[in-house]
Amino acid sequence: MPGGMSGVVTVMLVGVGGQGTILASDVLAKVAAATGLDVKLAEVHGMSQRGGAVDTVVRFGDKVFSPVVDPGGADHLVAFELIEAARWLHFLKPDGRLVVNSRLIAPLPVLTGEYQTPTGIEAALAFEGAVFIDAEELACEASSPRSANVVLLGAMSVGLPFSETVWRDVLSRRVPAKTVEGNLAAFELGRQACAKGACEL
Amino acid sequence: MSHTLLSGNEAIAHGAWEAGVLVAAAYPGTPSTEILENLARMEGVHAEWATNEKVAFEVAAGASLGGARSLVAMKHVGLNVAADPLFTIAYTGVGAGLVVVVADDPGMHSSQNEQDTRNYAAFARIPMLEPSDSSEARAMALAAFELSERLDMPVLLRSTTRLSHGKSLVETGERQECRGPAYVKRAPKYVMMPGNARRRRIDLEERLRKAADESERSPFTVAEMRDTAVGVITSGVAYQFVREALPEASTLKLGMTFPLPEQKIRAFAAAVERLVVVEELDPYLTSRLLALGLPVEDVGLSHIGELSPGAIAAAFGVEPPETREIFTDLPPRPPMLCAGCPHRGVFHALHKMDAVIIGDIGCYTLASLPPLSAMDTCVCMGASIGMAHGLERSGGAGERPVVAVLGDSTFAHSGLTGLLDAVYNGGASTVVVLDNRITAMTGHQDNPFTGRTLMGETAPDVDIVAVCTALGVADVSVVDPNLLRPTEKALRAAVAAPHVSVVVTRAPCVLLTKEHPDPFAVDEEACTACGECVRMGCPAISRGRDSKAVIDTTQCVGCRQCVQVCKYGAIVRTGPSCDFKGRS
Ligand SMILES: Cc1ncc(C[n+]2csc(CCOP(=O)(O)OP(=O)(O)O)c2C)c(N)n1
Repeated sequence: MPGGMSGVVTVMLVGVGGQGTILASDVLAKVAAATGLDVKLAEVHGMSQRGGAVDTVVRFGDKVFSPVVDPGGADHLVAFELIEAARWLHFLKPDGRLVVNSRLIAPLPVLTGEYQTPTGIEAALAFEGAVFIDAEELACEASSPRSANVVLLGAMSVGLPFSETVWRDVLSRRVPAKTVEGNLAAFELGRQACAKGACEL
Repeated sequence: MSHTLLSGNEAIAHGAWEAGVLVAAAYPGTPSTEILENLARMEGVHAEWATNEKVAFEVAAGASLGGARSLVAMKHVGLNVAADPLFTIAYTGVGAGLVVVVADDPGMHSSQNEQDTRNYAAFARIPMLEPSDSSEARAMALAAFELSERLDMPVLLRSTTRLSHGKSLVETGERQECRGPAYVKRAPKYVMMPGNARRRRIDLEERLRKAADESERSPFTVAEMRDTAVGVITSGVAYQFVREALPEASTLKLGMTFPLPEQKIRAFAAAVERLVVVEELDPYLTSRLLALGLPVEDVGLSHIGELSPGAIAAAFGVEPPETREIFTDLPPRPPMLCAGCPHRGVFHALHKMDAVIIGDIGCYTLASLPPLSAMDTCVCMGASIGMAHGLERSGGAGERPVVAVLGDSTFAHSGLTGLLDAVYNGGASTVVVLDNRITAMTGHQDNPFTGRTLMGETAPDVDIVAVCTALGVADVSVVDPNLLRPTEKALRAAVAAPHVSVVVTRAPCVLLTKEHPDPFAVDEEACTACGECVRMGCPAISRGRDSKAVIDTTQCVGCRQCVQVCKYGAIVRTGPSCDFKGRS
């Protein structure tokens, strides 16, 4: 296994530019650091943020070398969008955990009719053991649709070895002061939804 | 001891700040942009956006003459622009420490090409440091200033996307106040006319010899002896990949990669059975080690794109792990012009006019993708005007109008000289300046045409029209690109003119506007499924039932561009989008 480091956990967050994957990965990385672990985060800014596919990787453990992983290297895949979940699925280890936002955002080639809207992705992902979260709906329930990324963060947190207090602490410090309450509510709804959806495998 | 999670760019800024940097200049460029954005927020630093990288380099060089530790930052292609001062500042040397940060983009995440800046260090003969994580980035930025002063040379700090935009833990320190001696005239050192330059050329070799000694002693170059069956020489982020992929292998991590520490390399080579070099992009180390006569084994790693632990493991015969299903036939998801982007209307009109569109670099380059497909070339910043002029001169475009298209920031960067050239040489091409009041592609930086500086101060509001007029353009017009008919009219008038004409399309980047008008929706009864609005390439518009247009009201910002192309009046204003906005 390349990645011979035992004890390093790899979380991959994928989605569409503008969905807030960067904030979510930043919170996760800071939670790991606050827990006393070594951590590395890889993200790409720039062009892809204009509605392109984005991926970020957070790795934590006693000692982390590489900031990125190869196919088959992620322990957790958190997809903010259905097509992106499918695009990155092979990065998830066979026994890894898959959390998927059940929202499809049509990419440009679909909008223009060059490609068909892919069908059957949800079923295929369900077969792969995905836990689906309706993040936008829960975010609206909690505060505003803008906190969908924090709902997914809540869902993701259920499967990770960090205390809820640290999550809430780091999250409160990372978001704008006037949105703290709404984001904490979104985080909580994400957690609950995941627990209900048998997120802990 | 407190550890902070910092990106490589934040760490570089912090290290420079600790070193007492006083002046920093840059032109934005992914993945380097955040270095200056961070420095601008730090106490005691004067940071500015320069019009381009050459100017940024010269500002930093001048500040260094004045005794201020100075930094200049850019992306890899920026160093092509700044190469002219670089090569000669290597001769003159510096006043106070001068650090040149250059961030490469292996894999071209956000770039038009992939260059390996390490070649520039050797080419221009200046010392180079290569950090492998944020902690080293901070430490090297700090050390680079001292090195620059000890050697009387500018020092290159080379980053890559994975370093600049990767985060890891850093222990930071306090700022040292460190003002160098005030400026004194030293013409033999700083006036590079042949007599002086010849002396400085010889002196440069002397300084390089000292730099080679520094390299032998550099604390950033570390030999880690593990199993000696395989020894890997590497640098930068590639070191992290090697440690991940080959945990047992011995490694020589080179921190200073120009000049190379020949003794250390020979000693390491002698201590291992197989000697392998792992490096991203060009065979920079490999070729130099081979020239030293060392038995470097080629394991077949690619010189194109990024490396990864998996690629390295595979090169050493490690079986890849089992993976899940790979979905084939998924639609790709390229980046696209935002809903409500004011650039869209311009390209829609140019497409209609069957213009040859000589493009440039910025958000608007995305108009080259279908369905707009409205760009013929994109080469480097500022290239549009000169290439359009040349194409027009060649006569090769036949009767089709030739139009150069570039953004406001790109125009300031290197469009001005091209425009002057076209006017001077009696050209007839049309130049469109897409003035969205910001440098959008790199994340919204101010520029000379926005009236604000990096430090948030008000700047003279330089008017693009007045600039063009002063450069001798007879025919300059301004239109709102969200109004399609007037835009097309202005463009048609410009291409018909027998001399160089400029159309400034002015409307702020849609991402700068917080409050938007209510969205639009499609009246299904009225829609004939003609597809005209879909061909605008707006992310909010798609085809639904019976191929009729559908507008995603959560994405629509009410720009009205599609309303203007619909011949059937089928696009109508709706109430505010009630459900989720969908994007955060
Ligand atoms: C020499 C060089 N420097 C920097 C860049 C990075 N870069 C690409 S586009 C761009 C800015 C474009 O801004 P503008 O022309 O105003 O167009 P906008 O993105 O706002 O549409 C920059 C800085 C580059 N590609 N080449």
